[in-house]
Amino acid sequence: MLALDFKPVLLWSDALVFLLVIALTLFFYRLREDPQTRERWGRVFSSRLGMVTFTVIMVYVVIALLDSLHFRKALPTPEGVVTNEIFYDNKVTSVLDVLLDGMGERFERTYSAPFALKSFEKSNMKDEQGNMYRGYEDLKHAGQHLSDPQAKWANVLELSLRALAWGLLAAALVVGLQWYLLRGSVHPWYASWAVQAVVICLFFWLVYLSHYYHVLGTDQGGADVAYQSIKGVRTGVLLGTLSTLVMLPIAVSLGVMAGYFKGWVDDVVQYLYTTLSSIPGILLIAASVLLFQVYIDLNPDFFAIGMEKADARFIALCFILGLTSWSSLCRLIRAETLKISQLGYVQAAHAFGVSHARILGRHILPNVVHIILITFVLDFSSLVLAEAVLSYIGVGIDPSMGSWGNMINGARSELSREPAVWWTLSGAFFFMFVLVLAANLFSDLVRDAFDPRSAMGRSGT
Amino acid sequence: MFAYIVRRLLYAIPILIGVNLLTFTLFFVVNSPDDMAVSQLGEKYVTPEAIEAWKRKNGYDKPLFVNAEAQGVGAFTDTIFFTKSLKLFAFDFGRSESGRDITTDVSTRMWPSLAVALPSFVIGIWVNICVALMVVMFRATALDRWAVFVFVALMSISYLFYIIGGQYLVAKSWMLVPISGYDPEFQPWKFLILPVLVSVIAGIGSGARWYRTLFLEEAGQDYVRTARAKGASEISILFKHILPNALIPILTGVVVLIPTLFMGSLLIESFFGIPGLGSYMLDAIRSQDFAIVRTMVFIGSILYIIGLILTDISYTWADPRVRLS
Repeated sequence: MLALDFKPVLLWSDALVFLLVIALTLFFYRLREDPQTRERWGRVFSSRLGMVTFTVIMVYVVIALLDSLHFRKALPTPEGVVTNEIFYDNKVTSVLDVLLDGMGERFERTYSAPFALKSFEKSNMKDEQGNMYRGYEDLKHAGQHLSDPQAKWANVLELSLRALAWGLLAAALVVGLQWYLLRGSVHPWYASWAVQAVVICLFFWLVYLSHYYHVLGTDQGGADVAYQSIKGVRTGVLLGTLSTLVMLPIAVSLGVMAGYFKGWVDDVVQYLYTTLSSIPGILLIAASVLLFQVYIDLNPDFFAIGMEKADARFIALCFILGLTSWSSLCRLIRAETLKISQLGYVQAAHAFGVSHARILGRHILPNVVHIILITFVLDFSSLVLAEAVLSYIGVGIDPSMGSWGNMINGARSELSREPAVWWTLSGAFFFMFVLVLAANLFSDLVRDAFDPRSAMGRSGT
Repeated sequence: MFAYIVRRLLYAIPILIGVNLLTFTLFFVVNSPDDMAVSQLGEKYVTPEAIEAWKRKNGYDKPLFVNAEAQGVGAFTDTIFFTKSLKLFAFDFGRSESGRDITTDVSTRMWPSLAVALPSFVIGIWVNICVALMVVMFRATALDRWAVFVFVALMSISYLFYIIGGQYLVAKSWMLVPISGYDPEFQPWKFLILPVLVSVIAGIGSGARWYRTLFLEEAGQDYVRTARAKGASEISILFKHILPNALIPILTGVVVLIPTLFMGSLLIESFFGIPGLGSYMLDAIRSQDFAIVRTMVFIGSILYIIGLILTDISYTWADPRVRLS
């Protein structure tokens, strides 16, 4: 019998992500047919900034997707046991973990500084005579190959150069292939290639060096900070996209109907969103998450493995964030629909006896797509930031699931130590800042391209 | 004007009832009093008798909406919905799960919240407008483009990092002010400097960027060109023409926030140990004290609605063309 040595695991959030990717691809494929939309996207991508920010976002998305392909490894059959059954590891691994080459499996006892060889805190140790004393313990996974600790930095430099050489080679391959494929393009692809080259080099450097050192140190539980920061990418990206995806259908359908049918429909929708937006958002979210938490606690048999429980809580959080935040988009779309439905072509469609559903679908929806798009990109960055705050309050991502918010929450008081433990915060800060900055800058460009009025105001006189 | 305000206040009633129904559904239907008793008592002590005793002690031993056993009006008043939810309208907040009187807690904790939120708010707006005006003066230059980039970068930093960074730099490294704490009698300003400073700096990115957009929208108008043609200096255009006209959109965004200042800030207050309503809410969330969360939701909604009404009134003051009817 041929033994499959892994068993795929499909978490609910994984399924949603891949559905999302398919939906977005189809959506953009259809948009391509519209010449006006193509021209606007062309404007976004004709600037270097657009290329750079888009590439950065795509890098995060790719990491998130790789981290969403989960499986359970088969355990080796113990010696002397003859069985046809295969036992799978209880721990869920992702393709990203494989690519990172065991970075997440190199645990220390507790805190250690970046590139440190010894632990950050003193602990009880025995010397050769067996006497107890307090000292800094050697790390298990850092600098084991060094014969002389003095030569650490020279060794780091040497390893870095070797990793960079490999990185540059890989980058040259990737960029060369694209250069060959995109010869005739007018867009400034070189900006994107530069980012790709930097990312590939960094990736090789990080993976290679993490075999010998903890590049960003370790946290309180001894886990590698660089690994944790990378694992936070999936949480951040998924939360930002899934929540918006939950919110969109509600906001768009209610907004368009209110603006189009007016009358009592409008009254009801306005009442709904005024009521919802008058409740302090953070309290509503916190209350909903707490109630869901109580539900999980009371029904523990609902979830087979711990990961599924964390995943359920994560999806619930996405839904709660989506369900509580649709009011502002709904208001915008209602206003725009009110304006559009006064226009000549909608009136003409009425006069020709076109049905309401057809007018909504053919004439009104396509003209509010730009608002949806701008909101999608803008909300993404604010949701990534909100995750950290919610985790701090205690209603965020499950602590067993890596996220930047949980990292910050775990390390926030450690700056007051002497010397300060700064690396956990820095790791989370860097990864979060780059993603949010790229998303913010990109959303500015998208808004300028799709909303000519705002572009006029922004370029000044 | 008076008739308008009365009408708006009447409009607020269905909204508050909606808020009430929503929170009631969340807190009592999704999460029944039995569940609440279990999570408050802790897994170990759960017996049917203990749950009943807890419910009786906290007044949850009633039907949700209609009490079939009671007579007359009592059928509706002797229910959880009436005693726990509708009583909020009379500002009767009842007791928290831990037995403290919520009304006294709220009224004492309101003032420290305000002591942080009000200076942060006023100074924040002032700083943002100044920065934005300065940037607008250099519009369409490289300085302007870089300023916008810096604003976006400042926006992209999580609020938590501003607080942690501020505490680390100002209080720990430079030792200028206490890291956290609050004392209304003994030099309260000393404890307030850092929270106010942090919240002002954290707000510059998004604030100044928003004001800049508003000012630029006005700077593209015809009356600005006219003013320039008649020979007005750039400074006087900025302060006499653009600033007053940009006041209306500024008011829309700002006035609505004024009443909610009473609620304080969740993050600032918990990090700096200020005993205001923000940290009150956070403690309630963490200890799952739903009576407090429910009350704060209600107060927050009222303050928001008051903010909306104030916004409308401030329009008439800022723009003589606007008539409320």
